[in-house]
Parts: sequence; C-alpha cells; structure tokens
Amino acid sequence: MKILVAVKRVIDPYVKIRVKADQTGVETQNIKMAMNPFDEIAVEEAIRLKEKGLASEVVVVSIGNASCQETLRHALALGADRGIHVQSEGVHTSLDIAKILQKISEKEAPQLILMGKQSIDGDNNQTPQMLAALLDWPQATYASELTVEGNNIQVTREIDGGLETLAMPLPAVVSTDLRLNEPRYASLPNIMKAKKKPLDSMDVNTLGLSLKPHVEIISVKAPSTRSGGVKVESVAELINKLQHEAKVL
Amino acid sequence: MSTLVIVEHDNHTMHPATRNTLAAAKAFGDEIVLLVAGKDCRKVAEQAASLSGVHSVWWVEHEQYQHVLAENLAPLVVSKASSFHAILAPSSTFGKNLLPRIAAKLDMVQISDVSKVVNKDTFEHPVYAGNAIETVRVLDPIKIMTIRSTAFDAVFSEQSPCCIEQIEPITTVAKTQFIHHELSRSERPDLGSAKIVVSGGRGLQSAEKFKLIEELADVLGAAVGASRAAVDAGFVPNDYQVGQTGKVVAPSLYLAVGISGAVQHLAGMKDSKVIVAINKDEDAPIFQIANYGLVGDLFEIVPQLIEQLKQCKGN
Repeated sequence: MKILVAVKRVIDPYVKIRVKADQTGVETQNIKMAMNPFDEIAVEEAIRLKEKGLASEVVVVSIGNASCQETLRHALALGADRGIHVQSEGVHTSLDIAKILQKISEKEAPQLILMGKQSIDGDNNQTPQMLAALLDWPQATYASELTVEGNNIQVTREIDGGLETLAMPLPAVVSTDLRLNEPRYASLPNIMKAKKKPLDSMDVNTLGLSLKPHVEIISVKAPSTRSGGVKVESVAELINKLQHEAKVL
Repeated sequence: MSTLVIVEHDNHTMHPATRNTLAAAKAFGDEIVLLVAGKDCRKVAEQAASLSGVHSVWWVEHEQYQHVLAENLAPLVVSKASSFHAILAPSSTFGKNLLPRIAAKLDMVQISDVSKVVNKDTFEHPVYAGNAIETVRVLDPIKIMTIRSTAFDAVFSEQSPCCIEQIEPITTVAKTQFIHHELSRSERPDLGSAKIVVSGGRGLQSAEKFKLIEELADVLGAAVGASRAAVDAGFVPNDYQVGQTGKVVAPSLYLAVGISGAVQHLAGMKDSKVIVAINKDEDAPIFQIANYGLVGDLFEIVPQLIEQLKQCKGN
C-alpha cells in the first residue's frame, strides 16, 4: 500500500502572531515556521503503518513557495520515503489545495491519503473532506485510531459527544486528530539521510488546472482585546464579586 | 432564492446549535428552509417547523441517513443546492465533516466558523486560533458556511408550525459503514450551550482529583470542560476539550481551574462574558484575560468555593 501524506508549512504554534498594520494578513517575515502539528501526526501514522509492514511507500507532498522543501525534508527525516513539492507563490483556498492534491493523487495512485484535520493558521478544517469529494473516496475525519485490515480500514473518530467508529474500503482519505499518536523527533543521522532522499519539485502551472478566484479577502484584523481584570484575595471576595459586580451567579 | 439550514439531530431531538445557525440564516433576510434528514426523525422535523422564522421544513427519511455520513448526505444536499443562495450548518463535528464535501462537489468554497454575517456575501471568521479575524467576500453563487454557534444568539421563540414537506432521498451505494458509537453520558448541561462552564487543567493532577471540578460544576449547575493537557493525561474524555482543536464555548461565566491559558485553550473560551481563573502561578497567562483571578492552591480554594456556594444556595 502506498500512502500519500499532505503537509503544510505554518507559523510555529508557539509563536504569538501579529496582524499587519495594513490589515492584509499576518506577519510572516522572519517568523519561525514549522510543520502543521496535525500533519506531523499524519506523517507519524504513515511511518508507523510502514514499520508494521502495512505500507510499502510513504510519499509526502507540500504546496507553496520554495521554503516548503524544508518542511518536506523534515518529513523525510521522520521516515517518509519521497517528497513532492508543488511550487506555487499564490494564495490558495482549501478548494484549490484539494484540486492540486487530486492531481497528485491521480499521478501517484495511493491507497490511503493521510492529512491533518486542520491547519492551525487558516483553521478551516476542509481540505481532506474536499479532496475525498473530488476523488469520490470515502472520508474518515478526526481519526483517533486507525486500523488497516487488507483492503479495508476501521477508523475511530473524535466527534462531539464521544467517539464513533466507521469502516470503509480503500482508497480513502483520513484526517488526523490530536490523539491519533505521539509524533517522534527526527534524529541527527536521519536528518542527514533525508538530504539524500528524492524530492521532486514541480510548478503548479504544469498540473493542467485552471484555478479561478472564489474569494476576496477584505481584511485581517486583530480581535477585540479583553480589558485587564483584578486579582481577588479570597473565595468570599470572589463569590461576592460574581454575585454583585459581574452578576453572573 | 432561499437559505438552507442543515439540521443536526440524533433522530429524536434537534441539536441546540440549530437555533444559533437559524439566527445566522436570518441575517440573509430570505425565506429559510430547514433540512431534516434521518431515520424515524419526524419528531425532529416537527420541532424544526415550530422555530420562529422558518418558512418550510424538508423532511427526508431513509435508513442511510440514520448516522450522518457525509458520503450519503452530501449528494442529497448537492441535488437541491441550486434552489439556494446560502447553505448553513453548525460548526460542530457534524457540520465540519459534511459541508466541505458538499462545497467541493459544487466546485465552490466553504467558509468555516462564521462569526458574523456582514452582508449576503461578506463574512467574518476567526483564523490563527482566534488571534485574527478575517473578513472575506465570497464570489461563488452559493455561500456555503459553518456557523460558530457561540457568536449568534439562539432562536428560542416559536411559531405555529410551518409546512413539513417530505422529499425523496437520494440513495447512494454506501461504501462507508457505521460500526458503533461510544458517547459520553452526562446529566450536566451541554458544554457548547451551557451558561456556566467549569474547566480543569493539568493542575488537577489525576482523574480522581478531577472529580473536584465536577463537584464544583454541579453546585453551579455548570457544564464541565477541560484543557488539552487534562485530556491527554487521561483525566477526562476528549469531548470535554475546550480550545482551537476542541469545542468553542462562550458562556456567561467560565471558571478556569489549574489551567495556564495556552493560546490553543484561549481560542476556545476567550469570548466568555466573565472569566475566572484559579491558579497557583500568578504569572500564568490565563490571568491576563481573566476578569477575576485568585492565586493559590486549587485543592484549598475549590473545596472552600464549593462550601461557600452551597451556603449561598441554602440562604
């Protein structure tokens, strides 16, 4: 079984973001970037399936500018076999990304596509579902457990109110939730080895897609801030304030 | 042209977020149609028909809609989409799972977690864990969006029931099979719509000690939430998680106990009306957004709080 994993380069989750003064977006210049945490979980799951002998090859793909290659090298250092970089300078909606991934998937013919459930920048939580729709494959979103049995998978999903288990035939798209696994760290020898692993780069314009604009970003602003609160000295004072000042009890 | 709201339900009861999604639909100012698809779900259709402002309810009965699988429900919505200029669902795991599949089939974008309808084609929604608000204009003919329920006041008013129209299912060859559910059972109010939420974090130390949070919640008639750290440590099930990757809540009162206030957690609760933080670390980031902060050992403070709240109730 070949597994395709889509990874995205995003602002490091521990960086406090700053909105640009001209409201066109957030500052990304000289900001620490990292692999989207949900995608790390997807990569880890693919590698574990390979280690169990259930997958023959793990291919990672990323879409964006040249710096995405760094994110792909990181995935290769973690254990992926091969990388594909789709070079694009444009701003893409989840739908565009799903269409690009559809093209890659048609070329690569994986049996399983693993992706993070959402990227922590756009917070859209759309691309895996859209890709499954375009390919007309079954989808299993928010996976916290994945088992492969022959040509079928069983997936436990994190849903509001608890868990749900689904079974579906391959090929399928699975999106990862936080509790699917604990991603490993890349060791130094593996980082060195990753430099020799194949990484193909292609331009998005060579894929034969006509991506049209679907949205216009009007502005990106900072949210309204909360005014600073007070520290109280005792439980009695807290209850008193909640009853008489805030009037919420 | 009208606005479609896809109703989330369990075949018996409408999910409370339907009321908030309906409020967002009203902002479009057109006729509103509610879609209820399920198995033996007539009762849900009746509940939906009585909601104030609903023009008609489309009721679809079929076995394959019993457990909402996006693969089965999306073709039904897609087949009806051309009658609508907007398709809305709550931003729950139900809506998030379903709507992108519908949007992609229609070759249109979907906007996630809409917090404000500026006008018929322009919407606000949070990005970067709520640290930025993006305003976006949709150029596609149908605006497909999930609604952040905490940003819209639920519609509770009723009307004399509108027309319930039974429509034909679109049967699909289901590849995906539902196996089973494992739902957390609780007598407490629903986390997403509770007036008061008490949340515990890593500071609770164990599942055993987390019961203290539950005790406090019960005195307050509150829902129980948790930080990711508390969930990962196994103190509580993961559907308790409040944050960017869990549930988003905006109650009147949010009590954060033993929670430091990481960005990921704040994304899920910083729109609460009043925030109270109880933490032994006076530099914890949670104190920067809390209206009232109490620095100290939660294992001393929380029992006192429970005791004094009981006394208040007694009087």
